[in-house]
Amino acid sequence: MDTDFIIGHYNYWLVILLMMTGLYTVVSRGNYIKKIVGLNVFQTSVFMMYISMGKVSGGTAPILETGITLYSNPLPHVLILTAIVVGVATTAVGLSIVVRIHQAYGTIEEDEVNDADHRMEFGKEDLP
Amino acid sequence: MPLAAAPLCLFLGRGLLPWIFATGVCWVAFVIAIALALDLSGGSVITYQMGGWAPPLGIEYRLDALSAVALLIVTGAAAAVSLYSRPSVLREIEPANHGLFYTLFLLCVTGLAGVVATGDAFNVFVFLEVASLSTYCLVALGGRKDRRALSAAYTYLVMGTIGATFFVIGVGLAYMVTGTLNMVDLAQRLPPIGDNRTVAAAFTFIAVGMGMKLAMFPLHLWLPNAYTFAPSAVSAFLAGTSTKVAVYVLIRFLFTVFGLEFDFEQFALIAVFLPLGIAAMFVASIVAIFQVDAKRMLAYSSVAQIGYMILGISLATKTGLTGAILHMGNHAIMKVALFMTMGAIMYRLGTTSIPHMAGLGRDMPWTMAAFVIGGLSLIGVPLTVGFISKWYLIQAALELGWWPIAMLIVMSSLLAVIYVWRIVEMAYLQPSPPNRQISRAPTIMLLPMWVLVLANIYFGIDASFPTTLANQAALLLLGGQP
Repeated sequence: MDTDFIIGHYNYWLVILLMMTGLYTVVSRGNYIKKIVGLNVFQTSVFMMYISMGKVSGGTAPILETGITLYSNPLPHVLILTAIVVGVATTAVGLSIVVRIHQAYGTIEEDEVNDADHRMEFGKEDLP
Repeated sequence: MPLAAAPLCLFLGRGLLPWIFATGVCWVAFVIAIALALDLSGGSVITYQMGGWAPPLGIEYRLDALSAVALLIVTGAAAAVSLYSRPSVLREIEPANHGLFYTLFLLCVTGLAGVVATGDAFNVFVFLEVASLSTYCLVALGGRKDRRALSAAYTYLVMGTIGATFFVIGVGLAYMVTGTLNMVDLAQRLPPIGDNRTVAAAFTFIAVGMGMKLAMFPLHLWLPNAYTFAPSAVSAFLAGTSTKVAVYVLIRFLFTVFGLEFDFEQFALIAVFLPLGIAAMFVASIVAIFQVDAKRMLAYSSVAQIGYMILGISLATKTGLTGAILHMGNHAIMKVALFMTMGAIMYRLGTTSIPHMAGLGRDMPWTMAAFVIGGLSLIGVPLTVGFISKWYLIQAALELGWWPIAMLIVMSSLLAVIYVWRIVEMAYLQPSPPNRQISRAPTIMLLPMWVLVLANIYFGIDASFPTTLANQAALLLLGGQP
């Protein structure tokens, strides 16, 4: 592992950093909105991985000019467009569920919601 | 086809129309799937190129015997549940949302069928998310009756999205080393690369991501709550299909795409999948024994049954795979039937907690009889489908000379006896509370339930059709290129 390796792969280091930040946020935060933010960061890191994968050094986009032979791989970009759409949809569904949770529980903190559930399940026993 | 139908359904509004429409669509899809399965059981492969682009570049749809099994499960469960859903949806979901419910339901069917049919690795992700997003919403619809459905849906969303994203990372890494997304192409280009660290990472990410989606123990935390609090019709459908489709994707990637050439894959099967499968069988069954709520009990038993499938996969022999694929189908049949009985009980009784079911065997004879037969099948009593697939699994273990595993399979089946017996005892041997007035379940709920139960027995006695299909699928998977 020399310096060239570390600098040459800087995009991957960033991706890993973002990925771990996102995952850690999802796991450690109790706030439902913060969890979704973490999820988004996590997904973005994957988008970046795909995009940097399609990069060819010195390459450009073969539009507007003719005669370009060295160009970036467009396929990962297209894939990520799809993945971004999926990500947006997921975020939208997630946030709307959070809204419903807020209406039903009056809080969006995970531990308070769990407390309320627990009280509901074991607090008032009405079994025969 | 359900994809085209889903938006149409939205415009049909409330009332009876969306139900009739959705049911019709599901049945047509089911008939098509049966025709396809009969075609494919000979071992042929059907391909269809989307938009006329040739396979390695364009997206290809590809069906073989394994896809036929999964497609049958998805459409069959959809057809049965859509017919059944009417009364329970009326009871559990606000009238204004009925059109939406059936739209989501069709979308979910589309997504799952798409996953099964596609031959493109990234396309799997897209369809998986179509299915998952509609599933999250369907689970959250249970929030009217019990607000815990909302947090269950949220947990499912977070876990599901992480799983799907892991899967995308894996596909990305595989693309990085091969430059292709087509599954057949991937299968040809991966082995020559050999033991590359990127390939190993891709494998790990895909396996873990799918493990999350299929609720492989210990990544199953989202499943019990999601199944318990979702509307009854939704739990019946989900139990039969969503995890099975994830198992399908796992099998597809393990055997078709990666093949068995890699050392790390052999290692992963023996050292990771096998113990986890066995652990799932025992831990989840034991947890199921202590549940108060019958729906949650069935959900934990689902986790245990997934353990059997994982076990069959990890044996990686022809018999083992046949067993796993058979169990996929059989478990779908029995679990859908069992969750349907729960739905009927919920419809009449308003709860599915076991102590409330005292004496139900006399008040709802048909429903409880269906439960008993489904339960027997879950245990694996001869003459039911559960026996056939477990028989194959045990045989596979014995073929390898791993008799302790065969013993473990039998022992964990005994655990199933305990949790099924708890309900049977409560329903038949306990007196019913004196002032309870309960009529039988509506015919339209009983009908699909009993069709499934009879299928349970029929395929338990004459198993030639599913066995040929599963056998063919296992052959294709292990024979490398289909």
